[in-house]
Amino acid sequence: MKDVKSPASKNMTPGKGGLNAEIQSRIGHQLRAMYDDVVRQGVPERFAELIRKLDVPEDTSQVGSNGGPTEDGRE
Amino acid sequence: MPLTESLRDDILASVPSLRAFAISLSGNGDRADDLVQETLLRALANIDSFQPGSNLPAWLFTILRNLFRSDYRKRRREVEDAEGNYAKTLKTQPAQNAHLEFEEFRVALDKLPQDQREALILVGASGFSYEDAAAICGCAVGTIKSRVNRARSKLAALLYVEGAEDFGPDETVRAVIGGNG
Repeated sequence: MKDVKSPASKNMTPGKGGLNAEIQSRIGHQLRAMYDDVVRQGVPERFAELIRKLDVPEDTSQVGSNGGPTEDGRE
Repeated sequence: MPLTESLRDDILASVPSLRAFAISLSGNGDRADDLVQETLLRALANIDSFQPGSNLPAWLFTILRNLFRSDYRKRRREVEDAEGNYAKTLKTQPAQNAHLEFEEFRVALDKLPQDQREALILVGASGFSYEDAAAICGCAVGTIKSRVNRARSKLAALLYVEGAEDFGPDETVRAVIGGNG
């Protein structure tokens, strides 16, 4: 559908070049509110686990004193 | 570079904004999380191609954006259907509260052309510079700027036109909208 403009909308969006500053800040605010709402949810366990499970090739020459069990059974 | 513990922590720290980006792009939480998961797996599989010292979030966002775009083509029709149904339910009820206004905003965002939507989100919500956003989208900085501007204009027009309908069309609006009276 093509843009359908009511007379009211024309009043609120003056000119094609510049947007009404108030509308613009309102849009910015809503955009960030929507986005930050998700950011605040943090890291879901599903992803934390996925990343935690990855083997990080550590410096094996310095083994910690409390060396935990190795699951992959390497010698 | 190889996966180090600090790189792994940095990837983990990027997950919340990756999810926000994915949800903003797709408008669907479940699908967004699948997208994030796929992004993480792909990033980890290709971690050797990450340049140490370069912008990790930008690198991850690039992967997610490319995955979304290839996925989007497959699912476009499905998305359009959902959008149409949602627009219908919106029009049956007056916008009365903040929640509905929020949903209305999301629906309007979904109606933007994809290029404009992603540019607006990257710059306006994720906080990337125009330069980073251009790198993520693989286009010129000037192109990003004009997409962001067009996105804002279109969003303003969409929100105001729909608002006018939702709050009860008067005769003038009806005359403009309907050819089938």
